[in-house]
Amino acid sequence: MTPESPQSRRPSSLGALRAILAKDLRVELRTLQSVPAMALFAVTTFVLFRYGLDRESLSGGLAAGVLLATVLFAAILAVNRLFVAERDEGGFDAIRLAPVDGTALLGAKAAALVIYLLLLEAIAVPAFGLFFLDTWSGIPPLLGVLLLTDLGLAATGVLISSIAANSRARDLLVPLVLLPLLVPVMIAAAGASQELLAAGGPSYDGVAKWLAVLTFYDLTFAAVGFAVYDYLLED
Amino acid sequence: MADATSVQQRDPATASVPNPAVELSGLWREFGERAVLRDVTVEVPSESTLSVIGPNGAGKTTLLRILATLLRPTAGEVSVLGAELPRNAWLARGRIGYLAHEPLLYRDLTGAENLRFQARLHGLPGDGAERIGLLLDAVRMSRRAGEQVRNLSAGMVQRLAVCRAVLHEPELLLLDEPTSHLDPEAAGIVEPLLGPEPGRARVIVSHDVDAALADADLVLALKAGGTVAYAGPTSGLSAGDARAIYRGAP
Repeated sequence: MTPESPQSRRPSSLGALRAILAKDLRVELRTLQSVPAMALFAVTTFVLFRYGLDRESLSGGLAAGVLLATVLFAAILAVNRLFVAERDEGGFDAIRLAPVDGTALLGAKAAALVIYLLLLEAIAVPAFGLFFLDTWSGIPPLLGVLLLTDLGLAATGVLISSIAANSRARDLLVPLVLLPLLVPVMIAAAGASQELLAAGGPSYDGVAKWLAVLTFYDLTFAAVGFAVYDYLLED
Repeated sequence: MADATSVQQRDPATASVPNPAVELSGLWREFGERAVLRDVTVEVPSESTLSVIGPNGAGKTTLLRILATLLRPTAGEVSVLGAELPRNAWLARGRIGYLAHEPLLYRDLTGAENLRFQARLHGLPGDGAERIGLLLDAVRMSRRAGEQVRNLSAGMVQRLAVCRAVLHEPELLLLDEPTSHLDPEAAGIVEPLLGPEPGRARVIVSHDVDAALADADLVLALKAGGTVAYAGPTSGLSAGDARAIYRGAP
């Protein structure tokens, strides 16, 4: 093999991941197709909850449920769009023609989804606080819960999104398959969040247990993704 | 403006393509119960060109996608650049240039951004900046390379797609009607990039029978349904016989 042969210049998985992530973020920045829609959806949902529940403040399990359900459904919008360019513009083929692992694509899409969710939460959490919270003291520790939730959403969402991308029923398939898979994430995230959003200030009873469950879920689905993704990319 | 031939940087002395570059034996491909390629056997030596001709539905594009490692064969043996497919597809990836019907370019990125992205995926030094500049000059797209692909004409997009296909100096070039969308002048501009080159084998799908026979060393003629009508040297198939295959002659 010569020093400049294609095999010798095979990029690292991390290099390929960074290239795909940079491409996705550049496209999102240029088209604003995902994050603004997610943020608008979240704020609109808070307005609906505010008047639908007829409550000026929420705490505990109800507050956690409203926040997490909103983030979850907003995430579905991004998950549905995650592979649109890859499917419609030949990105799957272009990436598979290159000497890179499929896991670079998986990792890049998961990282992009986490970034979208963090941007969403940068808007949604303050909006949630303004609409529903009497005290904001539970928000700082809540951010850790949300980060672990985002990782779980991303690990699962990327897998389902890539499976659904080549299906004609993809818009239906993502919520139908993803939502049941995310039940454990929501149970654990709600369990931790309801303590942190308790009336009168955050309580930390049992939070560590739920964080451990979230971490276990995140690691499990990340491992599953890395194990099967190359096979999923094949025809 | 750079001469188009100046971007052909492969050094013939160091170029080495496994011989044969492509080897198919009893290749079948089915979609569900429908066979689109039936018992295709052909060998493409290194540095030679195979033209694939045949009417619509003969499986030409399917054949190219299998060679590009994008589709698995249902049965038969496929070897590309010495890598047995599909098991060792990873050995061939990065060494194949595929110019498909679709340009495989992101419409919301500029032409230059698309090529830089591809260069990074292929691990080209310096993100391929020098090579990209030469290629864009060669296809006369330097001035429009900063525009989003969605704003370019089909011919300009095809020129960028040619740049994408040859960016990493592939050892095997798979061309699916490479001059579609191109006017005669543009077709002439890209021709040096896609032509024969030391160390490079080519498989070309074309509906232009005369050009297909003139440009190639070998020809694979497929009938509708993916059955092989002829596989061998171009000298063994006349233009008249080739046209008869399009008309459905047995």
